[in-house]
Amino acid sequence: MPKTELKEYIVMRNREIENIRDLDVYLASGGYAMAKQALTSMTPAAIIDEVKKSGLRGRGGAGFPTGVKWSFVPKELNPKYLVVNADESEPGTFNNHEIIDENPHQLLEGIVISAFAIGANVAYIYIRGEFAYGARFLEQKIAEARARGLIGKNLFGTGYDVEIYVHRGAGAYICGEETALLESLEGKIGQPRLKPPFPAVAGLYAKPTVVNNVETLTNVPRIIEKGADWFRSFGTEKSPGTKAVSISGHVKKPGNYEIPLGITIREFIFDWAGGMRDPNLPLKFIIPGGASSNWLTEQHLDLPMTWDDMAAAGTMLGSGAMVVLDTSVPVVRAALKVDEFFKHESCGKCSPCREGTHFLVKVWERIDEGHGRVGDIELLADVGKQMLGKCFCPLGDSSVSAVNSAIKFFRPELDAAIDAQH
Amino acid sequence: MLYEQHKAEIDEILARYPVDRKRSALLPLLYLAQDVYGRLDRDSIREVAEILDLPYTDVFEVVGFYTLFYNEEVGKVVLDVCDDVPCCFCGAEELVADLENRLGIKAGETTKDKVFTLRRVKCIAACDQAPVLQANLEFHNRVLPDKVEAMLAKLRNDVESGKPVSISGRLAER
Ligand SMILES: Cc1cc2nc3c(=O)[nH]c(=O)nc-3n(C[C@H](O)[C@H](O)[C@H](O)COP(=O)(O)O)c2cc1C
Ligand code: SF4
Ligand code: FES
Repeated sequence: MPKTELKEYIVMRNREIENIRDLDVYLASGGYAMAKQALTSMTPAAIIDEVKKSGLRGRGGAGFPTGVKWSFVPKELNPKYLVVNADESEPGTFNNHEIIDENPHQLLEGIVISAFAIGANVAYIYIRGEFAYGARFLEQKIAEARARGLIGKNLFGTGYDVEIYVHRGAGAYICGEETALLESLEGKIGQPRLKPPFPAVAGLYAKPTVVNNVETLTNVPRIIEKGADWFRSFGTEKSPGTKAVSISGHVKKPGNYEIPLGITIREFIFDWAGGMRDPNLPLKFIIPGGASSNWLTEQHLDLPMTWDDMAAAGTMLGSGAMVVLDTSVPVVRAALKVDEFFKHESCGKCSPCREGTHFLVKVWERIDEGHGRVGDIELLADVGKQMLGKCFCPLGDSSVSAVNSAIKFFRPELDAAIDAQH
Repeated sequence: MLYEQHKAEIDEILARYPVDRKRSALLPLLYLAQDVYGRLDRDSIREVAEILDLPYTDVFEVVGFYTLFYNEEVGKVVLDVCDDVPCCFCGAEELVADLENRLGIKAGETTKDKVFTLRRVKCIAACDQAPVLQANLEFHNRVLPDKVEAMLAKLRNDVESGKPVSISGRLAER
């Protein structure tokens, strides 16, 4: 089957236009013209409408329709904030990393347009602490754009002001969850808040706040430029557009790819990412949407990569992070490492997650070290069952994905690991 | 002292947030204090707390929560090797072993000369570059066995030649 062609890039335009990270190059490619057009000739309502029509869904994991989220912001409450989620910490995900380092101005232009649409005069980019370079780089890019009157006061003579600040996190995956992120931005430990109220109504400093992912906002200038219909000419009816997807592990060409939504996993792995790295080591399993997602195997290769198809198959597109592992990988070790991640990142607020992740790791660890006990697999399943649906935020549930996936697809291997120890 | 010596920088940080919300400046100020004092011990935590009019315990709790704040002594260069999935199946374990060997320490420890601290960390969003590490939060991609020696030598040389270092990553380059 021939590889589906991407007609043109929507977000990773750095792959098309060399040095688009430089302001002059970005301007020469039509950059900031959309911000000017939006601010001078469109009302906020018209912008929100266009984004709604485009069907753009949040790229941070949940796939919530962006225009709909924006329309939840109450008009009468001020000030409002736009908060950009650049925490990118879901294992396997590195696409925001490329957008920030290589196409920063399109992100900043998206922030200007989106802030105007929701009526915010201040935007914070919450960037994971490890992107120390990315944070400094964005600050330089903001300063450059500010010096040319593209960010700051009275933009394009409209009287509209917007300031964009970069705020570095300090190493904590949970701060990618939007309410934990807001806590962290307020200078506290990153523990999720009870919802409702949702951030749209009471977010940063208890003010109306929209939280959007980096890639989501990077789409916005192109939707304004070319319109909702053009955007919908990519992808599928319910998952329109493209997705920057990170692929890693045992493939020939790991990296980021911008795919039209709806291509199959098979096409993505074998035609786009070059297939398996070692011809003697076939595919064993796939973690298709970041460490939080349920695993898939060979039998799922014809699944289309959209939010709804992946959900129907019991997993998720998530943050667009596909980890491909070959038969050299022991299932016990993989599950242990995934659950070590969740144990490490559990914020400690609720006991099912705090205690549960410790327990899962303890059991995986003894199996991995050769001291597994008869009944340990049932024990893992049971602990998982006690955690699912009982945690305060989705992180706790996510730690059960590895347990359930390993048992579902690799029960004989798990049993053999324990049998060999007796 | 921190405030007096870094007044311009601290005022610029504070100006990013509403005047009645200066607690938001906590993370950036902790990064600054960590660079100036080498780690976040009791005194540096107290200083930051005073600048922001916060109780000491609130700041202490924040320092403990985030992995990039160090209350124990660390070396001039903190090496963070990602050993998460998929890196652990793409050379990370070999890299950790090699570094432990060359530095004569275990992950989690600091060399006697206080130049290097070695840590295992979770995904740092560069999984296609495995095995990958950050040195004071600067990425070193595809650190294959033949590259380790030269990398360590350069990092050590930077420290010994007096090049400014920032364990908080405030000077990190691409
Ligand atoms: C544990 C956890 C971690 C998350 N991490 C991220 C992240 O790193 N980046 C991100 O954009 N969204 C992350 N999210 C999703 C956010 O809560 C939120 O849905 C998203 O930022 C909304 O933006 P979007 O609608 O543009 O996707 C995370 C959610 C959870 C539960
Ligand atoms: S589920 Fe885990 S991460 Fe989420 S609130 Fe509870 S302890 Fe914190
Ligand atoms: S798993 Fe190592 S960088 Fe992502």
